[in-house]
Amino acid sequence: MKLSVQVNEGPYQHQASDTAYHFTKAALEKGHDVFRVFFYHDGVLNGTRLTTPPQDDRNIVNRWVELAEKYDLDLVLCVAAAQRRGIVDDGEAERNGKDATNIAPKFRISGLGQLIEAAIQSDRLVVFGD
Amino acid sequence: MADLYTVNKSPFEKNSLKDAIRFSGEGASILLIEDGVYGAVSGTAAEGLVTGASGKKFYALRSDVKARGIAEDRLIDGVELVDYAGFVDLVESTDKVQAWL
Repeated sequence: MKLSVQVNEGPYQHQASDTAYHFTKAALEKGHDVFRVFFYHDGVLNGTRLTTPPQDDRNIVNRWVELAEKYDLDLVLCVAAAQRRGIVDDGEAERNGKDATNIAPKFRISGLGQLIEAAIQSDRLVVFGD
Repeated sequence: MADLYTVNKSPFEKNSLKDAIRFSGEGASILLIEDGVYGAVSGTAAEGLVTGASGKKFYALRSDVKARGIAEDRLIDGVELVDYAGFVDLVESTDKVQAWL
């Protein structure tokens, strides 16, 4: 089965980022195809490489990166949500005159059309958030 | 085929469980995750939502039940515990998934 996942909530807020991660991991381990994970609203905060949680806490951002490296996941941050919250890649830094970037590896910034495409291309879209 | 509804908020905090039950069709599956698992506990003021719903199948995510210190024998009869792999199976076996956020 081909799945896509939408994450609407920031990490370390409630539990949606954790549930989305564990669900995605379980689906991949069962051999399902995850077409895309789309991060929307505060969910884009899952994609900053500058987070430094305490060492005895889970690192939600790195966990996504490692999963993406293992399974070649497509992790997409909504551009409008990212701009509002200061998540920046090279292209956004140049376009908006920012002096730094903070996007985590394996994540990319793109438009809402990516969510629509994921919904069309996948057998199921599973949404996590508040 | 029937749909899967996910509910992630406590029935003592939001009306999402009540609404999911009301709007879901006959034969729907309702999966309680995160704080939603409080809706699966027997002997609470909210237990009537689940015990009074007919034609629905209720599930709760085991790790979220455990994380909240809810003993499995306190769950409402008929609520089935699933792990994340079971969550994936529910997504696969139902028609579509609606997150009742």
